[in-house]
Amino acid sequence: MSTLLEVDDLRVTFPTRTGRIEAVRGVSFSLGRERLGIVGESGSGKSQTGRAIMGLTPPQAEVTASKLAFDGTDLLAASPRDRRAMRGKRIAMILQDPKYSLDPVMSIGRQIVETLRTHEKVGKAEARDRALAMLEAVQIREPARVFDLHPHEVSGGMGQRAMIAMMLIAGPEMMIADEPTSALDVTVQLDVLGILDRLVSERGMGLIFISHDLRLVSSFCDRVIVMYAGKVVEQLKASELGRAQHPYTRGLLNCMPKIGADRHPLPVLDRKPEWAA
Amino acid sequence: MTAALSADRLEVVFDRFRALKGVSLEVQSGESFGLVGESGSGKSTLLRAIAGLAPAASGSITVNGKKLGKRRDKAFYREVQMVFQDPYGSLHPRQTVDRLLQEPLAIHGFADGEKRIQRALDEVGLGTGFRFRYSHQLSGGQRQRVAIARALILEPAILLLDEPTSALDASVQAEVLNLLEDIRRRRKLTFLMVSHDLAIITHMCERLMVMQNGEAVEHLTADDLVERRVSKDYTRNLLRASDGFVRA
Repeated sequence: MSTLLEVDDLRVTFPTRTGRIEAVRGVSFSLGRERLGIVGESGSGKSQTGRAIMGLTPPQAEVTASKLAFDGTDLLAASPRDRRAMRGKRIAMILQDPKYSLDPVMSIGRQIVETLRTHEKVGKAEARDRALAMLEAVQIREPARVFDLHPHEVSGGMGQRAMIAMMLIAGPEMMIADEPTSALDVTVQLDVLGILDRLVSERGMGLIFISHDLRLVSSFCDRVIVMYAGKVVEQLKASELGRAQHPYTRGLLNCMPKIGADRHPLPVLDRKPEWAA
Repeated sequence: MTAALSADRLEVVFDRFRALKGVSLEVQSGESFGLVGESGSGKSTLLRAIAGLAPAASGSITVNGKKLGKRRDKAFYREVQMVFQDPYGSLHPRQTVDRLLQEPLAIHGFADGEKRIQRALDEVGLGTGFRFRYSHQLSGGQRQRVAIARALILEPAILLLDEPTSALDASVQAEVLNLLEDIRRRRKLTFLMVSHDLAIITHMCERLMVMQNGEAVEHLTADDLVERRVSKDYTRNLLRASDGFVRA
């Protein structure tokens, strides 16, 4: 398996009034053309890891790594111009809530066309045709109608499909999905995941799936990284989640209510300071 | 057993949109009752209509045998309290925890505020160290505990819970759910709880109602759900979805 992304000792530091805060503290992993899940609770640094790879860390923060390479290109040494060309074209990102991540004053079709024409030289008519085909690929039933709608006129599930269409139209090799389904209803969630799954495997893309939902991630991904306090505490195959070693992973799995499991009170997580060490 | 809370053919209309289309339910005293459904199913609207936050166009609500009129008296607001979904939005950002807890006491004219605030904070596991903090100095789980303390401080009989843990991390969710169960057992409270998560509802409630498009789809017991004795496809879909992703 060819390696798409190599991350070694990634650190993201934010300067604050009370000192420097390390949001990500030495994260290392590599990604091939596979589905990798990054799981953790709020503040674990999972989103900042994704943003650092994408190059979307806020300017005041500092990103260091002994290696951060995408397909052989050193991302930290690349010029802002090169990174911009890469974003959207080769690495794409899906965000959590389509309500906030789509442009509210631009029709969905125009946003998709904009992405395409930023990265490829295509005529208006062709761009429109490809956008419509892409909307169809994400199982939007009336692509021509949805093309002209604005984000506030569509449901959350539809908006997220449009977002996936927009991200996939330039044919990226790697996709980072940051909580792509957390804002959606459970049944819609599965539809969107199904679409994502099909498109990612058809196109042979690498996927980083960031989520707080350990069970969802393990049912969707091939491999899972568990983060706690800015560090990776465990890396395992999704199918072997039941055999997780780290007490944090086990606690996280355990504390969720399950249908049919009569556990009163629910086991709670007993956080140990050494986990963060 | 008497019904602590009942709604009869309740209807809520926003402009011309019927958010609730004649829904009836009955919650027994001391029971924990769940409402599930997808967004837009009307589950939160039903809860808000009972709390008096959404206008009922027709139908009636009865609390402890008393039918509610157009204007609700103070006793109702003492009897019924609500905990909201988003602990970041439901606490006043410029009031300390102490001030937040004093407000309901002042409204209802309680004299022993000092003792009550201490007791309420102890009960939700915060302790008096948190008393003079602002909500932005607290974590999500701590904020939700403050919101629960604020609801409990008037010693209500009925607690309306609108997705009380969906904004929290899984490990914090477990703590808050345990707290709610514990309080219900100790105070013999009646719960009406809204959630989109079937696992939480089966964990917390004895009976539940599934809703879709402003209507009740079916009434079930938690055991029905565990044994998968459901008759409607909509409920079946929800159950399947809660099992997680299955590759086609």
